[in-house]
Amino acid sequence: MGFEKFGEISYTAETKVADFVKHLEEGEIAATKCKACGKLYFPPRADCIDCLTDDMEWIPLSGRGKLITYTTAYFAPAGFEAPYTLALAELEEGVRVFTRMSKDAKQDEIEIGMKVKLVPVRLADERITFELKNT
Amino acid sequence: MYQKETTVEKVMDSKVVASPLKVFDCCANADGASCIILANEDLAKKISDTPVWITGLGLASAPLSLTSRKTVSSLSCAVEAGKQAYKMAGLKANDVDVAEVHDCFTIAEIMAYEDLGFCKRGEGGRLVDNKETYIGGKIPVNVDGGLLSKGHPIGATGGSQIRTIVLQLRGEAGKTQVGNAETGLVHNIGGIGLYGAVMTFGR
Repeated sequence: MGFEKFGEISYTAETKVADFVKHLEEGEIAATKCKACGKLYFPPRADCIDCLTDDMEWIPLSGRGKLITYTTAYFAPAGFEAPYTLALAELEEGVRVFTRMSKDAKQDEIEIGMKVKLVPVRLADERITFELKNT
Repeated sequence: MYQKETTVEKVMDSKVVASPLKVFDCCANADGASCIILANEDLAKKISDTPVWITGLGLASAPLSLTSRKTVSSLSCAVEAGKQAYKMAGLKANDVDVAEVHDCFTIAEIMAYEDLGFCKRGEGGRLVDNKETYIGGKIPVNVDGGLLSKGHPIGATGGSQIRTIVLQLRGEAGKTQVGNAETGLVHNIGGIGLYGAVMTFGR
């Protein structure tokens, strides 16, 4: 349990990486790291795809990164309000994140290559998610 | 769906769906059906005077998550499927006379040119500018209008692409006939580039 609080709509309560939400609530973006080979996973995975083991530890990320690409969508599925911007960024630890860009980011300010920061965001009803802000 | 001739202005003035793609950059959902008759060599020769042969097959998958992909300007499943099909058929990209590629969006067609080796990386757009993908060009692509023109009935699209290539290799494509096409290629993508299938055909 725990993961039911994640995002606008969560389709699952059970996941082996539910602690991710606990870290978000503590203001932290966390990745999992394989204790054997050191590979970092974000979004966090419970198992290492190289070592085929589940001996992982939680590692806080700086959240700092660079925007690789983005799109602003003018049609929205459930839980999204159009228009919204989706972004792909590379964090300085080397992992990538695909998520929403903060609504505070103005369209003419968003630029490929710009510095971004991944931060936890509290939603209504004690729900929580994360998004990218331009810094 | 969009079979009437249009202008660049009209396309650029259409509503944005997901920037920078606009309505006319996106293929329309459609209903449709397609059918392919497959037979072994003996039977094919018996039931048809003009059988078209599958010379190469390639199928590959890729990570679902965009964060697990090395690039967003290429579909690795298409590159791998293309390599497999070319190898099986003993062909190179420049041996292909006519091709059908999965242009679910305008940019997807340009990525397909590059993934299949019709041009170098980053030069896909120029291939269109120079009319090399037109009938009479170096590598005519989607001469039937592609998904953008026909619409995209998901399950039927691949079969429809094969139909186009079969007609081309038989010389039965009428107004859209590409000279004396001997080698054809079909490129089809599933999901958000999760799986790619490439087939080559000969006569």
